Amino acid sequence: MRSLLIMTIRESVDVRLTELELGEGGTVDRIALPADEAHFLMRIGFVPGAEVRFSRRAPLGDPSVYSVDGTEIALRAETARHIMVQREIVQSGTVQDNAVEPGMVGRNGHSSRRGVS
Amino acid sequence: MSTILTGGCCDTPSAPLIPLGDKGPGGRSGEIRTVALIGPPNSGKSTLFNRLTRLRQKVGNYPGVTVEQRVGLLAGAKHPIRIIDLPGVYSLTPYSDDERVAVNVLSGKMDGLPRPDAILLVLDVTHLSRHLVLAAPVIALGLPTLVLLNMADVFKRGGGSLDVLKLAGELGAPVAMVSATHETGLEVVDRFLNQDQNPSPSALLPVLQDLGQYRKWAGQVGGRVDYQPHLPSKWSRRLDDIVLHRVWGPLIFILVVGAVFQTVFGLGQPMSAAFQDLLTRVGQQAAPFIHNDLLRSLLLDGLWKGVSSVLVFLPQILLLFLFIGLLEDSGYLARAALIADRTMRSVGLNGKAFIPLLSAYACAVPAIMATRTIENKRDRIATILVAPFMTCSARLPIYTLLIAAFIPERPVIGVFLGSRACAMLSLYVLGFLAAIATAKLLKSSVLKSAANPFVLELPAYRWPTWNSIGLRLLDRGRVFLRQAGTIILAVSLLIWVLTNLPLHNGHVPQLEQSVIAHLGHAIEPVIRPLGFNWKIGIGLLTSVIAREVIVGTLGTIYGTDPATHALTLQNALRQDLTFAGAMALLVFFAFAMQCTSTLAIVRRETNSWKWPAIQFAYMTCVAYFAAFAVNQILSALTH
Repeated sequence: MRSLLIMTIRESVDVRLTELELGEGGTVDRIALPADEAHFLMRIGFVPGAEVRFSRRAPLGDPSVYSVDGTEIALRAETARHIMVQREIVQSGTVQDNAVEPGMVGRNGHSSRRGVS
Repeated sequence: MSTILTGGCCDTPSAPLIPLGDKGPGGRSGEIRTVALIGPPNSGKSTLFNRLTRLRQKVGNYPGVTVEQRVGLLAGAKHPIRIIDLPGVYSLTPYSDDERVAVNVLSGKMDGLPRPDAILLVLDVTHLSRHLVLAAPVIALGLPTLVLLNMADVFKRGGGSLDVLKLAGELGAPVAMVSATHETGLEVVDRFLNQDQNPSPSALLPVLQDLGQYRKWAGQVGGRVDYQPHLPSKWSRRLDDIVLHRVWGPLIFILVVGAVFQTVFGLGQPMSAAFQDLLTRVGQQAAPFIHNDLLRSLLLDGLWKGVSSVLVFLPQILLLFLFIGLLEDSGYLARAALIADRTMRSVGLNGKAFIPLLSAYACAVPAIMATRTIENKRDRIATILVAPFMTCSARLPIYTLLIAAFIPERPVIGVFLGSRACAMLSLYVLGFLAAIATAKLLKSSVLKSAANPFVLELPAYRWPTWNSIGLRLLDRGRVFLRQAGTIILAVSLLIWVLTNLPLHNGHVPQLEQSVIAHLGHAIEPVIRPLGFNWKIGIGLLTSVIAREVIVGTLGTIYGTDPATHALTLQNALRQDLTFAGAMALLVFFAFAMQCTSTLAIVRRETNSWKWPAIQFAYMTCVAYFAAFAVNQILSALTH
């Protein structure tokens, strides 16, 4: 039986939330804003460690919709650019049974298509 | 919908009430008299509050802040139980007004409210890990707490599950699955509140310093209670693919907005007119039964007319709230705000201001009430301040009258647009431009947004329920009648007194001899540069109640004047006003804040007299100087 294997690796370098491509996900690392504003964003789910995905762009380009904690939240680019995330890199391939083909996914992220510094 | 109630507290629902006497100060008994309802925004807390109280509630404001205070009585309780609906909060760290209010009420530090004896904590079970963050600090307060996991219907339908018993154990408080919209599982609330004693929470919950830690704790609890998140329904996502599509999205947006606008106008306008007729007829029917002339005049011309001028807004207001309710409950309102945000931002407002401002084209009152969806306080006040510039339907009577009297019908663009329609359109544009300019001015100065960034949660689409919309209509209608009604009654009474004094041999004076006519004469020097005479002056004074009142007043003045009483109002105006003066009057009405209902609602929504006072002064100044400019320029051109 063939099954799909998806494995995710996290880049260790922060990027801005706005730098994610459509459909890409990441993990919130920190919010580069004064405490008040950072707190405001944390309350709605953007806490360090939360998984976030860039799910949609508004028809006129901005704001963008991010899916965090199973909730869809729209943020303007002016806000989202201060949320620093670790980009997640998805590797997928078709494998036999549940066996992981050796060398297909680098555990340490070296096979990342973006290259990890 | 199954209800699971655990925590060992609610086994004897009909147990006799035994005063304990050892709880709290003053030997308060163990029975619950005051309960606080708390939950994050969008947890369905308001719906639950309406359900539990059956609208037996009092709406006010907390002192000093623009946070709405809702206190209600639990329906069907054995003894009166007060429910305090706290503002929606994500945490108890006092960062915002809402959170400060919640903390103060829960700790009994809010003036005029006793410390609650128990807490109902509402969490959206479909977002449990995020909402549990609030559970820890709330339960840690040590008051008997019932945790209500709302949206249980959506959660179960989407295949979500959790072990409610285990969660109750983790939290040390009873937990129940409920659905506020479908009214399932709510009987636990009665049982919880009506029993003689409720134990304080039994578990030791962590008191953590930052949200990140709470979030981690919530995640761990989620794992221990076997929380399986529901799968968001696929069609919500698919619907968004269309509704937020690059091309279809804006198209659907325009279609929806157009349809709402068209219905409110096409249906609301005749409904208001018919209602006005009905109210007038009721007044006329009642007239023969009141024998004293003065009393009849006071009751009918003063009070009933004043009350009617508020009541005629009701059909439009309810119609608008019906649509706003449908849009909001279905989830489309958030999408509309998302689409509109880009455009609204260019004037310094945000996407959530779009629907309120659009509603203001029908009537500023519901528009101002609809600004509650804007969480950012400064953005909300800016929206409230600009809304009355939008051309509301109360301006139409004076617009139609003056345009018909002074602008000859000529084609402008072939058969499509005549000069009269063109003039009407220009007035709409004028109001819109004034709103934009004011918004820009406000947002670049006194109301510059600080701190809170714009965030917008896109809820999953749902079918709105008639029950929930009906309750909301009832609630909004009541708020409007009470708030606007009381103030307008006072103003109508004042104007009636001014119109009917001084008495001549016990008879009311002719309008020209009344106090208000003297006032009209007194302000004549001020309004003469605008091209208005004292008769228009009286109209301006009486129309402070509501814009359309000027038409009635002018009708009375010209009707009783021997020189013009044989003429129609149009012809009388044409004889008495210059073209430049008439245009100036149109412009004056485009900008002036001639509406007591709006002022009353602004005062209520901002919880201070400061904003309505500033708004009235600002709009009157703009109106005065614009009318002045129009009259001077047109007079110079036509001479």
